Amino acid sequence: MARAVSNRRKIIATTAGWLVGLLIFFPILWTILTSFKTEAEAIASPPSLLAFDWTLDNYFTVQERSNYFRHFFNSVVISLGSTVIGLAIAVPAAWSMAFVPAKRTKDVLMWMLSTKMLPPVGVLVPLYLIFRDTGLLDTRVGLVIVLTLINLPIIVWMLFTYFREIPGDILEAARMDGASLKAEILYVLTPMAIPGIASTLLLNVILAWNEAFWTLNLTAANAAPLTAFIASYSSPEGLFYAKLSAASTMAIAPILILGWFSQKQLVRGLTFGAVK
Amino acid sequence: MSTQHSRAAARLMISPAVILLLGWMLIPLGLTIYFSLLRYNLLIPGDNPFVGWENYEFFFTDPAFNDAIVNTILLVGGVLVITVIGGILLALLLDQPIWGQGIVRILVIAPFFVMPTVSALVWKNMFMNPVNGLFAHLAKGMGLEPFDFLAQAPLASIILIVSWQWLPFATLILLTALQSLDSEQLEASEMDGAGPINKFVFIMLPHMARAITVVILIQTIFLLSIFAEILVTTAGGPGTASTNLTYLIYAQSLLQFDVGLGSAGGVFAIILANIVAIFLMRMIGKNLDL
Repeated sequence: MARAVSNRRKIIATTAGWLVGLLIFFPILWTILTSFKTEAEAIASPPSLLAFDWTLDNYFTVQERSNYFRHFFNSVVISLGSTVIGLAIAVPAAWSMAFVPAKRTKDVLMWMLSTKMLPPVGVLVPLYLIFRDTGLLDTRVGLVIVLTLINLPIIVWMLFTYFREIPGDILEAARMDGASLKAEILYVLTPMAIPGIASTLLLNVILAWNEAFWTLNLTAANAAPLTAFIASYSSPEGLFYAKLSAASTMAIAPILILGWFSQKQLVRGLTFGAVK
Repeated sequence: MSTQHSRAAARLMISPAVILLLGWMLIPLGLTIYFSLLRYNLLIPGDNPFVGWENYEFFFTDPAFNDAIVNTILLVGGVLVITVIGGILLALLLDQPIWGQGIVRILVIAPFFVMPTVSALVWKNMFMNPVNGLFAHLAKGMGLEPFDFLAQAPLASIILIVSWQWLPFATLILLTALQSLDSEQLEASEMDGAGPINKFVFIMLPHMARAITVVILIQTIFLLSIFAEILVTTAGGPGTASTNLTYLIYAQSLLQFDVGLGSAGGVFAIILANIVAIFLMRMIGKNLDL
């Protein structure tokens, strides 16, 4: 039976919830608003929240001055590339561990997870030198390789937790009905596996898009994705608030939207199934 | 289903992932350990002689090492305290019936999806800047002297920025845990006369204990490696006031080009992270019944 909720309590909770929510969201809101101001209005004191002359100039300036879209394109290639390659390697592995578990499966899974615990700075020096000597420094290929490897354990784990929820009985049933192995995979397993694969893809694109250790250390001008591009605003361009805001808004908008769709997967993916 | 044939196929399907991860782990790790035993500076050409523990001695006796350890502990500890306590409170709030709950949830979760360099720069310039930042405007509006956050309290400012980024993560996981609580159990306790505080201490908190532990362990792994936020706000300074272990090793390796010293630091960082990882892995392993 649902508990009766007094209206008074709901009003208080609603007010508090919205206040806290807006407070936490405020820096993002402020960045988006500032991106539509002129530089003078962006530093005006007292600042105005909405009553200013809205302009799109900053967005054009950022693109003209720094070729923003090249960095955006780098981010897309690196995050999608590393996720797709990671999935191609991880789907068979997670599949076999979920459906044909062996004695060692748990050990293998735990070991894979342990590679994720390796602090990046612990292997910074050798990786930097390997990249320098093989010409991978400041290339998209190099970053795709590194991000594929650092996210592979998460991809395997997420897929494994999804695949494991597919009931094995359903395969038996399909086989009893005379389905061939091919039909079994194509018409029974794949449709059930697709939601899990899609969630994994989503979360890993987000993680790769925001990765800011390797992207900062292994790129310069050519392959720099948005994380590294924004870092170049550190000084003194960062003091042009309106342009910084426009660049930032464009960098976070796609992921903010994807992220809102992936709330549930986030919990599962980042806790390795420990909290569902 | 596990016939000889399918087991062989399974092994074949796992092997690419295993081989890649094995290479990813062993090759750089082996090289880090190897470099840490050499006198190897990229600015000094010539041989890289074997020097045994010399790099480790330098690393541990460097005055910056002590600062970095203290800063790392303060950074990780400070962010954990803020995000766990804040996360519990926010989870309790968001678990209440609220009009527009979905939207409030979205607002609260948003900072997690902002890339580290963006959040660091937005906070640094648009909020904490002592001349044009929003906090400075607020201080002036109240007739106070603006405070130069990143110069006078660099570490505390970074703790604030990082906490803002991780609070959504803690909230989301703790909220998920809270929502899995059986409402009948709560009703029963109410009938037995438990007040809100007793309900929280004796039912909700124990129920969330596992999720809290997971939050602490996972955040610790990530927080030990905080880098971008420091690089773009303070570059570890002033002095070493906001240098953590990750930033110190980065500075030694890629700014001072001392491969040997940086590698010794890297080995230390790996050992430190492993201590935390062991506890985390045990928790995850226990939950994994195969």
